[in-house]
Amino acid sequence: MVQIEELKQKVAALAEEGRARLKEVASPEDCEAARVAFLGRKGKITELVKFLPHLPPEERPEAGRLINSLKEQFQAELDRRLRELKAQEIEKKLQEEAVDVTLPGRPVALGGLHPSTQALREIYRIFLGMGFQVFESPEIETDEYNFQLLNIPPDHPARDMWSTFYLTEPGLLLRTHTSPGQIHVMRRFAPQPIRAILPGKCYRYEQVTARAEMMFHQVEGLAIGRNITMADLKGVLVEFAHQMFGEGRRFRFRASYFPFTEPSLEMDMDCIICGGRGCRVCKHTGWVEILGAGMVHPVVLRNGGYDPREFTGFAFGMGPERILMLKYNIDDIRLFFANDLRFLEQFSGGLR
Amino acid sequence: MRVPLSWLREYVDIPQEIEELAERLTLAGLEVARIEYLGPAAQAREGKREQGSQATLTWEGIYIGEVLEVKPHPNADKLVVAVVDYGKGPVESVTGAPNIRVGDQGQKVAVAEAGARIIDAYAPEPKPVKVKAMAIRGVRSEVVLCSEKELGLSDDHSGILILDREAEVGRPLAELLSDVVLELDLTPNLARCFSIIGVAREVAALTGQRFKTPEVKWHPQGPPISGQVEVEIQDPDLCARYTAALVKGVKVGPSPFWMRRRLALAGMRLINNIVDITNYVMLEWGQPLHAFDYDKLHGEPAKRIIVRRARPGEKITTLDGVERDLTTEMLLITDPEGPIAIAGVMGGLESEVTESTRAVLLESASFSNTNNRRTAQALKLMSEAAARFGRGVPPELAVPALKRAAELMRELADGEIASGIVDVYPVKQREVELDLEPREVERLLGLAVSPPEIMELLERLEFACSPREGTIRVRVPQHRLDVSCPADLVEEVARLIGYDKIPTTLMADPLPRQERNRSLELEEQVREALVGCGLTEVITYSLTSLEAEAKLDPNSSPEGYLHIANPLSRERSVLRRSLLPGLLETVAENLKHHERVAIFELGRVYIPGEKGERPREPRRLGLALAGPRSRLSWHEKPRAMDFFDLKGIVEELLLRLGLEGRFERTSHPSFHPGRTAKLLIGGEEVGLLGELHPRVRESLELELAEPVLAAELDLEAILARAAPVGRYKPLPQFPAVLRDLAVVVDEAIPAEKVAQAIRAAGGGLLRELVLFDLYQGPPVPQGRKSLAFRLRLQAEDRTLTDEEADALRTRIEARLAEELGAELRK
Repeated sequence: MVQIEELKQKVAALAEEGRARLKEVASPEDCEAARVAFLGRKGKITELVKFLPHLPPEERPEAGRLINSLKEQFQAELDRRLRELKAQEIEKKLQEEAVDVTLPGRPVALGGLHPSTQALREIYRIFLGMGFQVFESPEIETDEYNFQLLNIPPDHPARDMWSTFYLTEPGLLLRTHTSPGQIHVMRRFAPQPIRAILPGKCYRYEQVTARAEMMFHQVEGLAIGRNITMADLKGVLVEFAHQMFGEGRRFRFRASYFPFTEPSLEMDMDCIICGGRGCRVCKHTGWVEILGAGMVHPVVLRNGGYDPREFTGFAFGMGPERILMLKYNIDDIRLFFANDLRFLEQFSGGLR
Repeated sequence: MRVPLSWLREYVDIPQEIEELAERLTLAGLEVARIEYLGPAAQAREGKREQGSQATLTWEGIYIGEVLEVKPHPNADKLVVAVVDYGKGPVESVTGAPNIRVGDQGQKVAVAEAGARIIDAYAPEPKPVKVKAMAIRGVRSEVVLCSEKELGLSDDHSGILILDREAEVGRPLAELLSDVVLELDLTPNLARCFSIIGVAREVAALTGQRFKTPEVKWHPQGPPISGQVEVEIQDPDLCARYTAALVKGVKVGPSPFWMRRRLALAGMRLINNIVDITNYVMLEWGQPLHAFDYDKLHGEPAKRIIVRRARPGEKITTLDGVERDLTTEMLLITDPEGPIAIAGVMGGLESEVTESTRAVLLESASFSNTNNRRTAQALKLMSEAAARFGRGVPPELAVPALKRAAELMRELADGEIASGIVDVYPVKQREVELDLEPREVERLLGLAVSPPEIMELLERLEFACSPREGTIRVRVPQHRLDVSCPADLVEEVARLIGYDKIPTTLMADPLPRQERNRSLELEEQVREALVGCGLTEVITYSLTSLEAEAKLDPNSSPEGYLHIANPLSRERSVLRRSLLPGLLETVAENLKHHERVAIFELGRVYIPGEKGERPREPRRLGLALAGPRSRLSWHEKPRAMDFFDLKGIVEELLLRLGLEGRFERTSHPSFHPGRTAKLLIGGEEVGLLGELHPRVRESLELELAEPVLAAELDLEAILARAAPVGRYKPLPQFPAVLRDLAVVVDEAIPAEKVAQAIRAAGGGLLRELVLFDLYQGPPVPQGRKSLAFRLRLQAEDRTLTDEEADALRTRIEARLAEELGAELRK
């Protein structure tokens, strides 16, 4: 007969031996070998069961518990060790996979919109928010629409304000401004009220220099109603300019002249470059012109199909390229249609 | 228009600072482009900016002096000794100036005392020197009597500067000659401000000062003009009024300093006293004048002036020495022998006033502004006179200006004015009267202005106002040709109040019905898609040349194009019919700096209208690619973009627009014969894409090894088909089964044909078909190719079994074998 005390000694010894063995394992394979050696069918802990028949029956349950507890303890330690080893193994593999994070990333080819398109979109966004809708009209116009219906009869001295490209086909020309769109829109909607903006390309018979282009974009604005005033015009323009150029800017309105508006005005902004102190860009005035506008001339209203005694309206015209030049201190308008990617790509991230 | 302030001050007081005045003028529409400070005024300002500038003078130590006596120099024949007083008692100055002679006295001169800085007249470059008292040939010279050059006023060193007789001895010279010039940028409606008096009127109205109405003197002494001059206007439609005066016994010579100074400051060339006077009065009043040499005119006994249109073939040599061919629409001033001037544009050389002129016929007339403009433009003769006539000169101005000029000739050229004037005035200037409803001001401006205030403001500008029932009757002053409707009066009210006083409001008018602009939205969607595909947007010129277009379309003919009648250059002489030339030019330019170019343009082309129709401006989309697929990097070997990069972008675009396109091989003279396709949507051809022909690449100087890809699509046709509403497809409920299928077919069979056969056989269960491999070469027999497809099979109502999927593949294989002679590749 064996005594339980002897079993207890064996259990303690095996526990010690197991811990020692697990300390030495260095890989999941070692772990498996240790499991087989201790818990396998002929493992050292499994073999302890052979003691049971030799114990007095009343001691057997306790002996069973001792053996099970040893099994569980060993198994738990084995699992922990295995997890440790696996973690180490992954860690090692990851270390081997390390890259030089300073190497350049894989290039992504994303394109970008032309800055003029972006400025146009910004203008659309601002005016859509004020209830204006976008319409387009032809670039090839007649003298009648480009001039006469806008209160500029033939040989009017104001014709000097627009140098014109004429087509060989009599009576046709390339529009010098988007203003003929006013007539198109009025004739379409009269006598309904209108709030429209009319974007598009315009052309001037001018030698191309850093300051003057033969082709450029313009956006015309037009509002017609029974209750539209110059105060409204100022309100709309200030709202636009604040959104376009930022809240901190100062603006002023100057009396000016366009044959198709009366009264007429030009809007100036404090020079972005010098902050109004005076520099080359603002010709030392501290102000830069951003757009022209005015109350639609009664003759033009009538030509569009509106009774000037009942309706009033305002109109304005602005140049997206000019706006960008002021905003980004671009000193050469030719850059816009030279399409050098080194210029265009500076705007790929959008306007800021 | 250059406005010397000293001149302006004759007609209006200016109590405020120059900058303040300039701002007021600018805000009221008389844009001050530049303020030019002259003499010490400049120095005072310069001093603020750059201390101790060497280039300018202060005129410190330079005074107005009077010549008391001029004595001969004891030791030099060409020198004299002038005794002058400049407020500090008599001092002596040795001078060699030819305009100071022994015996002279009383002239007012500019005296620079020792220590003053003047310009060294003999240095090659103007530089200041300090005046020193020194002995010249044994006579001590205490001060320098200055020439214009020494004072920095001009380059004239031919004599000393003789000042106005009224100049006050002992005062600093700066007080007399310091000046400020306002440079005005005037809009066409401000014709009246092309004169000092016109600007003075505006200044007075804007600043609340009184306009000092000029007094017109008239002191004729000679025999009556009648019998000496006759005027006939044959074309009163072009000449509303012609007035003339006769000044005899004139002495032609230089104008006095004050006049020359003002003319120079105003930017006018100096000629002689007679011509200078006509220019001076034109600048002062805005009425162009012309002086003829009376003795060179024809007509007996009286010289006859006939105002008429030119006759066919008539010519005139103008003052600038150029012989001008005239058309019968040009108005002439003639005498019985022929033309003596082009009316209101330029005088004739023959009757020009010269040194020997003794009698002057002075013209002050009014010509049709439109006819004058046309003539000046046709002859490319933009004279100061034409600049004013072209904008409009009121006929009522003719007589005061005529008298003013004649009087100046009497005073400054010792002339004798014939009594009376000739005044032929067939078309009287219309008096304009307008009724202004006071509420019109508020209706237009959004600012209520009381009737008395409106009247007060208008009267400041010399509008005569009288209240009527409910309205104000306004008589427009004769010098205002630009006011013809009540809105014009409202603008005057607004200008005087100041645009800054008008409130800033948000529109209270009801919002019109809002409509969406579907066409623009789609356009923007196209741009987004292409940017997402890695393309950069460009905008090229709509104007191009036939040569540039022909590089891509050798069959183009001039008749197909809209031509510019007045092109700036040959390169920009027709309107484009294609986006490709501009795009490819942009590619070529950019390849100078970049390896890779991927761009698109969305813009209009221009097609002549059919039989009297307006031209069409359809929108097109152009794409161009060249260079490697991605930027150079260490990640992968560079691979050139090819046809399929371009096609992939087009396919992606169609996908985003909800369109299905078909591509068919086609040919085009500018494209690679084997790598060009047309795009069809719904059976209609809507575009072309392909690799450029090497010959075209060469002509465009696209010198690179990789292909250049280009496409041009008819955007109108594509957008017209874009699905307006998308529809949601329910997500599949049952799993899909994948099957790969590799077949070998003749290489001539297009892949699309194989795919079509697969789709036809696959039916509804075939949800997706992807070609994932194309192979030629062993073991695939010569002339054949292997295509490998992945099929995604899926049923809506059940899970497909492997058996069903295999059966379907077998069916497809059988069909391919039967229709296309395909073999399976295992």
